[in-house]
Amino acid sequence: MEMPTPKPEIIARKAELIKRLHEVMPKDAVISDPSETRVYECDALTAYKCAPLLAVLPSSTKEVSDALRICHEMGVPVVPRGSGTSLAGGALPTADSVILGVARLSDVLETDYDNRFIKVQTGRTNLSVTGAVEENGFFYAPDPSSQLACAIAGNIAMNSGGAHCLKYGVTTNNLMGVTMVLMDGTVTEIGGTFLDAEGLDLLGLICGSEGQLGVVTEATLRILHKPEGARPVLIGFDSNEVAGACVSDIIKAGVLPVAIEFMDRPCIEATEDFAKAGYPMCEALLIVEVEGSDAEIDEQLALIEEIARRHNPVELRQSRSAEESAKIWLGRKSAFGAMGQINDYMCLDGTIPVSELPHVLRRIGEMSREFGLDVANVFHAGDGNMHPLILFDANKPGDLELCEDLGAEILKLCVEVGGCLTGEHGVGIEKRDLMTHQYAPADLEAQMAVKDVFDAKWLLNPAKVFPLLSSDSHRDAAA
Amino acid sequence: MLTPKTEDDLARIVAETEAPLRIQGGGTRPIGMPTNGTVLSTSALSGIELYDPGSLTLVARAGTPVAEIEAALDAEGQRLAFEPMDHRGLLGTTGTPTIGGVAAANVSGPRRIQSGAARDFMLGVRFVDGRGQIIKNGGRVMKNVTGYDLVKLMAGSYGTLGVLTEISLKVLPKPRATGVMLIEGLSDDRAVTALSRALGSPFEVSGAAHLQKGQDGAPVTMIRLEGFESSVAYRAGELGKSLADFGEFTLETDPEKTAAGWAHIRDVVPFQGRDGDVWRLSVKPSDAPGVVARLSGAEAFYDWGGGLIWLLAPEGSGVNARSIRAAVAKVGGHATLIRGTPSQGAFQPLSPAVAALQDGLRRKFDPRQILNPGLMTEGQAA
Repeated sequence: MEMPTPKPEIIARKAELIKRLHEVMPKDAVISDPSETRVYECDALTAYKCAPLLAVLPSSTKEVSDALRICHEMGVPVVPRGSGTSLAGGALPTADSVILGVARLSDVLETDYDNRFIKVQTGRTNLSVTGAVEENGFFYAPDPSSQLACAIAGNIAMNSGGAHCLKYGVTTNNLMGVTMVLMDGTVTEIGGTFLDAEGLDLLGLICGSEGQLGVVTEATLRILHKPEGARPVLIGFDSNEVAGACVSDIIKAGVLPVAIEFMDRPCIEATEDFAKAGYPMCEALLIVEVEGSDAEIDEQLALIEEIARRHNPVELRQSRSAEESAKIWLGRKSAFGAMGQINDYMCLDGTIPVSELPHVLRRIGEMSREFGLDVANVFHAGDGNMHPLILFDANKPGDLELCEDLGAEILKLCVEVGGCLTGEHGVGIEKRDLMTHQYAPADLEAQMAVKDVFDAKWLLNPAKVFPLLSSDSHRDAAA
Repeated sequence: MLTPKTEDDLARIVAETEAPLRIQGGGTRPIGMPTNGTVLSTSALSGIELYDPGSLTLVARAGTPVAEIEAALDAEGQRLAFEPMDHRGLLGTTGTPTIGGVAAANVSGPRRIQSGAARDFMLGVRFVDGRGQIIKNGGRVMKNVTGYDLVKLMAGSYGTLGVLTEISLKVLPKPRATGVMLIEGLSDDRAVTALSRALGSPFEVSGAAHLQKGQDGAPVTMIRLEGFESSVAYRAGELGKSLADFGEFTLETDPEKTAAGWAHIRDVVPFQGRDGDVWRLSVKPSDAPGVVARLSGAEAFYDWGGGLIWLLAPEGSGVNARSIRAAVAKVGGHATLIRGTPSQGAFQPLSPAVAALQDGLRRKFDPRQILNPGLMTEGQAA
């Protein structure tokens, strides 16, 4: 993985930078000791590490603005960081960069149940947003699996999804307004407590821009009342193809489950060993969850079962109680942990049209054999967001590279069938160099033109998202 | 009028033009009308290219009539959930609404409050920028964070950043039944309070509107529920209990009547054929009755639980751009002139920082400033 060479002239000015930052924020908000900056050397993509020059932990929008202005004036790259849970290296620093962490910005600023929004500082974790409103029966819908740890700032930067977005959408569909600081320190307010911000849809543009356009310090988020209840059904099949066809049929039948999760045999076996959720040993299983009152759930599940039966399921297990529901979800929720127990793995998140599921699963199986690496599949089938887990041995020389090569081939396949490289994890550095497989040079130029407007000097998270060869001219022109 | 038949032709026209272009879909909204230049129509770039009901996706060329898309979806029991408005009745125009026009203006109807706006259902676009380059962004899958989301940027950009040539959309199943709960006689304040309570319930309200004057002249408040028949009945019962302090609601389930009722709201039928400027205001729902009260002399009705105010400001009413902007500025939100004299400023003025970003984007995507020049700035009509 290539990153731009750190600039010695920036590193040489470290003391001056610290001095200027101390003028605008408390001393303990500027972290410069190498033993402490190491905490920020990577995010959840741990294969790549580099300690930053400094880290700053501002406590207000004003401090964020001051820090960015100073870095802008001194030409220092800034890497914004939520909770550091990115699987794509979105928060990976370079040795000449400043990490700007939003962890100290974690307050709830306003909750309004009549108008159904909550306004928070963006260092707040995803789950604690729901935590702030659940005693009134409300929740914040996007639920990435890292929701216990991940920050709203990172959710906005990556446009995070989750298991329930078939019904509730992803971050961009639930974000009403932001306070965002531009690289030169300018504070902007976009959108608010009303729908559809005025002017161009800058909210939509910021969401998923991977911390390259600005630092969002406050966010107004849509909250919803919780459904009366939710219940899953577990359906086992003797082939991936049949399970895929069943997903399509459920969707076509007019029911909109809140989640449709898919696991294949390697994944079922690993999770059974680990979590003992009592899953049937079959080629593929679906967990389909619906919401509503008891009677409404019964009616929807009856329809789903009727559809499933047409596909000769080997197992059909409707939950009858909260315990049974928890058990059905147990395996799915432990899947990643289970895979981690038995192997090192790399998790991809390419998305494909749902109707291509059987074909893509078959091809992944063939590729897995060609490369000699096992691949387990567990994913959000309702929206086509795959999560192939490639198993490898980090201690075996060459295995990581082989795994990355297989990953690249799988993602290219996703693009080939009409899908995309990443459905919810983001590009970061991980998929940066694959971008040319999905986008032509003019497509990438159009995206980089947006960064030129928001961050003319290309200082915010500059070496991410775009292949370095493509972004070279922009970064050089800005320098 | 220029009506290219292929995307390549369109790109060539844009690349070679020396004069400004007015971008037009079906010509049902006069977007771009006040600007100079030759009309560039996407109407010949028409047709559904792909419809995959099992993946809930449809891809169509920009000039495809919305009606053609809705008919195709209907045959599979699906629909465009964002319920786009048909502007013809309000604006007194003819022509055929196209999906490109809907996308370019982010046209969304009553269900926006629950399902989202047009932009929330746009999965991918192809467009020709101001230099004549063909650009694609997004794709045809529901979750996609591969690079920047220019799809959202193009939604609601009124052809100022590029000419849309193809849109891919997420579609949704049609519910089996619809029920509309109705109650007469509520004041604006009480109605918005009732709608807020309904929208804050677990019952998935998909429409929430209030008319100061219903068909028989009395105020009427409408709450829409969609789903299985038994579910609609159950939810109406539960909501009725939770809203009992507002009085007794009746439940209308006749499909034709419920559809007509929401088309009435969606297409702003109350203001069709009547004199006066028509404004569209987006505010926090609980602020809406106060905003309307401050603009006495204008007639109003509410959608989106109160968050969307449709305003008819007759000549001589004293309600104009200045008073409307002042009322909105007091609470936060925005106002757009949909019908009337554009010289008073049709679009919401932007803060200097946001205006600079918007201007910068336009200069990047359209360096020669030939696409709908002047549109989306102050003093131009929507």
